[in-house]
Amino acid sequence: MNARDDSKGGTVRAGYVRPLDIRNGRIDMGHGAGGRAASQLIEEIFLAAFDNPFLRQGNDGASLAIPQGARLVMATDAHVISPLFFPGGDIGALSVHGTVNDVAMMGATPLWLSASFILEEGFPLADLKRIVQSMAAAAREAGVAVVTGDTKVVEQGKGDGVFISTTGVGVVPHGIDVSGAHARPGDVILLSGTVGDHGVAVLSQRESLEFETTIVSDTAALNGLVADMLAACPALRTLRDPTRGGVATTLNEIARQSGVGMLLDEAAIPVKPEVDAACELLGLDPLYVANEGKLLAIVPADQADSVLAAMRAHPRGADAARIGVVTEDPHHFVQMNTRFGGRRVVDWLSGEQLPRIC
Amino acid sequence: MKYIDEFRDGDVARRIADRLADEARGDRQYSFMEFCGGHTHAISRYGVSELLPANVRMIHGPGCPVCVLPIGRVDMAIRLALEHEVIVCTYGDTMRVPASDQLSLTKAKARGGDIRMVYSAADALTVARDNPERQVVFFAIGFETTTPPTALAILRAQREGLKNFSVLCCHVLTPSAITHILESPEVRQYGTVPIDGFIGPAHVSIVIGAAPYEHFAEEYRKPVVIAGFEPLDVMQAILMLVRQVNEGRAHVENEFTRAVDRDGNLAAQQKVSEVFELRPSFEWRGLGEVPYSALKIRPAFAEFDAERRFDVGYTPVADNKACECGAILRGVKKPTDCKIFGTVCTPENPIGSCMVSSEGACAAHYAYGRFKDIPVVTA
Repeated sequence: MNARDDSKGGTVRAGYVRPLDIRNGRIDMGHGAGGRAASQLIEEIFLAAFDNPFLRQGNDGASLAIPQGARLVMATDAHVISPLFFPGGDIGALSVHGTVNDVAMMGATPLWLSASFILEEGFPLADLKRIVQSMAAAAREAGVAVVTGDTKVVEQGKGDGVFISTTGVGVVPHGIDVSGAHARPGDVILLSGTVGDHGVAVLSQRESLEFETTIVSDTAALNGLVADMLAACPALRTLRDPTRGGVATTLNEIARQSGVGMLLDEAAIPVKPEVDAACELLGLDPLYVANEGKLLAIVPADQADSVLAAMRAHPRGADAARIGVVTEDPHHFVQMNTRFGGRRVVDWLSGEQLPRIC
Repeated sequence: MKYIDEFRDGDVARRIADRLADEARGDRQYSFMEFCGGHTHAISRYGVSELLPANVRMIHGPGCPVCVLPIGRVDMAIRLALEHEVIVCTYGDTMRVPASDQLSLTKAKARGGDIRMVYSAADALTVARDNPERQVVFFAIGFETTTPPTALAILRAQREGLKNFSVLCCHVLTPSAITHILESPEVRQYGTVPIDGFIGPAHVSIVIGAAPYEHFAEEYRKPVVIAGFEPLDVMQAILMLVRQVNEGRAHVENEFTRAVDRDGNLAAQQKVSEVFELRPSFEWRGLGEVPYSALKIRPAFAEFDAERRFDVGYTPVADNKACECGAILRGVKKPTDCKIFGTVCTPENPIGSCMVSSEGACAAHYAYGRFKDIPVVTA
């Protein structure tokens, strides 16, 4: 038989595989069965986007060369978000930024990522491709490689389109020891920019809520900013990104972990007027709204100015501010002097932040 | 934020605080009840009580919609979702109100109930339109503020001929609750709760106007100052109350003139009376049965009344014995007087309803004010 098969009236090259119909195709159970369909999905969507030497080897895992004596940091994050696409980002970019930032908050330089996808039967291939390309772009920008991954398909109704779980590994430069347990009374609390942008951007797209806004998510990788801050102050004590639960919950976590209290200055906490207004309307407190491209840093008082200057010199920290001090407090309260002139506790978020009725 | 920041100005607050310190007489105590949870929230969130003289005490009233919702009513909504398999729509805070069998709407949702949080009664109508094959019940709670939107939703459902929408009506009335507090033995006879005056509701008064309070200002000789929900509104209202007390007056005064007039929103009142009628009696959490204190759907709109459409009778359920919410809602006790405050009962695990919403006296004190209960070392 020659290389042509004209029996069906068409012309088909040997070895030809019809490419995925990205425009109209949808995920079906076959894409998760481990056969040819799964392999095709991986090649045409995932490998095409993430291409790197680790993936090209085609092994079950990635073989990574670790610098001798290096301390590694590993962090993982599962991403379930509705809607999948929101102003300023999507679940793909978010799943890279979230994990890159978790690794960076340990003072490490993020290098490698793994990515697992749980896809729901019926999910449009066009959306999947868009998400994966957005992940690849985010990874390139952050300077990390997606070195291994996995895909599973669940029946319709058992997922929410796509869930993405990523794990990151990074290397801690010599002499750096950043931890949530290192805050000391007298230290200064710095915040890298405005709060609440991500949460409000996502809320504005929720089915039940759609409102017109110019607010876009702040989702971004912060490893570049962290590197500049550590260069300015290797003795930096604590870094953490105030994602779910917002600035309020993150500071409470640090206060408990370090066994200290905190005193914030409400007037010093940057909030965009649009975010402030949306929160006012919805009965939410911006301090509890999620961020995806901001960090909190705790630094020795005598180095606060130099760290703040380094932050402001970086595009991701242009609006950085000094928002409070670490105090001695056996009850580990985070308190705040209000703009109004009173003082109150800034407590943990309890449950979901729900809008008030009156 | 324009039109908001002006009412949160710290310099103005200090000026009012100075005046209060001047005018509050040193030889007496002043106790004022802020009826509304919105005021409770503002007082706690902005730290207003820190700016008040030591002899001016604020008592948190029962005006928090989810706080006064009795367990039996939440049980009805849960039964609708779990047994009748309807879609139950309700406002955010309601989701967490503790009910029987350690359930709440949030927990019933986790057990498979289709329970959805909505931002307005109109959203519940949309859910009904989008799910014509399912029954949709709007669990309607709140004071006069949320009542007109519920009335409009029912009127619209009637106009559209919607057959799958109904309302579990738990709307309650402010003036009857205030009268009930003033009639309670602790206030009237024993004098254990000295109430020298009221901060009158903000949003409720936009709807009902200032006139309904004139009766008890006169009858019970208690001054009322209607105030907005911003912290400066509250400060100014307290100053106005102190002045009335000092001058021996008991009038209805209006601090919230930018939104409230004597008659209120007549169009809204008309829609409400078209759709609703008074219930002879209604159980409030904390206050018990209060005569003529709530609304039910008129017979003409019976098909939109979930209590008629579904077989869900009301069964009263007693509060947890250790819970002091009742006494707290009446102003007899403070949150910290409750044995389980902050220990067994926390915002994560509310036992009593005052711990549920941030407008509740206990939750507000827990979230914003509990540092005052224990000595704190500051930098």
